[in-house]
Amino acid sequence: MNPALLTASSSTLVHLSPVDLAIIVFYFALVLAIGLYLKGRANTSEDFFLAGREMTAWIAGLSFLSANLGSLELMGWAASSYQYGILAAHWYWIGAIPAMVFLGLVMMPFYYISKTHSVPGYLKLRFGEPSRTLSSISFAFMTVLMSGINMYSMALVMKVILGWDIHFSIWVSSVTVAIYVAMGGLRSAIFNEVLQFVLIWAGALLVPILGLVEAGGMSGLRARIIQNAGEAYTHLWGTMGSPDANPMGIHWTGIVFGLGAVISMGYWTTDFLVVQRVLSAHNLRAAKMAPIIGAAFKMCVPFIVILPGLLGWAVLPFRLTGEDVAVATGGHSYNEVLPLMMARYCGPGLLGLGVTALIAGFMSGMAGNVSAFATVWTYDIYGALLHRNASDQQYVRMGRWCTIVGVLISIGTAYLVMQFASIMDYVQALFSFFIAPLFGTVLLGMLWKRATKAGGFFGLLAGTLSSIGMWAWVKVDHSALRYIAMSPHAKDMAENMYRALWSWLVCVVVTVVVSLLTKPQPVEELKGLVYGVTEIPQEEHTSMLHRPVFWAAVVLIVFVILQIIFW
Amino acid sequence: MSADTSKARVSISIWFFIGISLLVNGVVICGAGVYELIQSPPAEVRVVLYQYHANVWWGALLALAGAFYCRLFAPSRDKP
Repeated sequence: MNPALLTASSSTLVHLSPVDLAIIVFYFALVLAIGLYLKGRANTSEDFFLAGREMTAWIAGLSFLSANLGSLELMGWAASSYQYGILAAHWYWIGAIPAMVFLGLVMMPFYYISKTHSVPGYLKLRFGEPSRTLSSISFAFMTVLMSGINMYSMALVMKVILGWDIHFSIWVSSVTVAIYVAMGGLRSAIFNEVLQFVLIWAGALLVPILGLVEAGGMSGLRARIIQNAGEAYTHLWGTMGSPDANPMGIHWTGIVFGLGAVISMGYWTTDFLVVQRVLSAHNLRAAKMAPIIGAAFKMCVPFIVILPGLLGWAVLPFRLTGEDVAVATGGHSYNEVLPLMMARYCGPGLLGLGVTALIAGFMSGMAGNVSAFATVWTYDIYGALLHRNASDQQYVRMGRWCTIVGVLISIGTAYLVMQFASIMDYVQALFSFFIAPLFGTVLLGMLWKRATKAGGFFGLLAGTLSSIGMWAWVKVDHSALRYIAMSPHAKDMAENMYRALWSWLVCVVVTVVVSLLTKPQPVEELKGLVYGVTEIPQEEHTSMLHRPVFWAAVVLIVFVILQIIFW
Repeated sequence: MSADTSKARVSISIWFFIGISLLVNGVVICGAGVYELIQSPPAEVRVVLYQYHANVWWGALLALAGAFYCRLFAPSRDKP
């Protein structure tokens, strides 16, 4: 347990009124009621793990985004935007939008047409059992750690904001999630995620609106940030020419290639936590539209996450610091910026809704991890390795138990996560261990028919091991940072970007070399799995406004405009 | 948006649940704001920009949106 974090605040930031408490209690009652209502609609494995594949593009798209709105998005990125300035918005724009559009237009048809239940399931079809086993075990490991992070974050918020006991918060929130996911399966998780998405906006939107009023609009905000923090905090790309010129200590190549091309592509296209939501879509067009709808909303999220962090520089009468300094001086840390801003503007009722927004964010992330874990464990570990002839009812039963066991393991990992000083950097490190190489394997599997089973397996293994190896190298010898991150001054986030890039390259190179040295797979085996040998339904008879490619173009144009505005 | 309501197995739309949530929260928040208008808190415990009474208009906005969704996606509208 990290004493710095647990003693971050000796007194609570805010005091809830009975009205605020009523709003929080009503939220818990509603999510449990939804789980109870959907209990009878999760009787088959298709119902329990893929919500019967009957979700509309809107529901799948909002759920796709909401499952990602965990601890990272709210507390973490608000803190990062205070710490690094507007650079943090890269994780929402170049670090998400191109990847989400790519998932919708290019990769989703293969996931959907192959009728796989999971991403490891696709690897089994494309590269065989060893690749699926490696991927499913690493995913299960990563997922419970993520879930633990979510729990820990929520408990920390409860402690810092409300003074609630950290252990009590962990157990109350996790038991609630376990109940509604175990009862209704993915459908219950998705329904609650859409509800949570709306509540997050309803509870968090007022803070940036009132913050901008106080700061004197965007021009006033910019002037105050330049005065209090420096001009580098206001530029998205302008300071990226040199790692020494920006608060993150990163070069633009790390953002473009490490974050934009590898980490975000890996996360949004191969992390089953988010892909599972899209697989629940009721047809291929909905499955293609869902990530594009998610991308449109994702572009707006910085308004409720990044902006409050930046407003902290403009309106708070004191400076926020790192966790250790905050403890030593009795001040406030970066991690408290969002609750501090809420406490600044939100009176009775609004504060309850704001706290509910934070809880909703954490619970949606936790539920996403737990439901994805249950699916991968049941299909790709239990069904593939432990009980090959399991019946459909056994799958459902295992899914329900797995949800509960997954939550219990996550509770254990929540206590482990407390060992780490920076939640954000830790999560990014995990991504680079597993997600970046997985993206290399899946991408080659979908787009290159010459990739072989041996190539896929050894590429994935080499990429994962090389990533862990690079991380361990820097831990043992910090001077290795100059090789891994191309700068001895690189911050942890920059290191993670480059480590992801190198591990992805290792995976791709090994996959290509091994594939060329091994016997090609017959084309017949690749139908429905690989570009060039798969017939993808065309949309020439669909009107322009109903075509995913049209809306993808709109999203990308807005994305480019945002880069120019905040350059 | 309402395609999920057409499924016989899910007779209550997720949008109805969202409507309920917004309506209840909006009414409670707006009510708390109106109470503050009548019974103003001491200046030292007021939030920044208190003079805008954000909880009154924000609560009303949420309640209106919630009522609209409840009406549009009410389960009774799906029945023959």
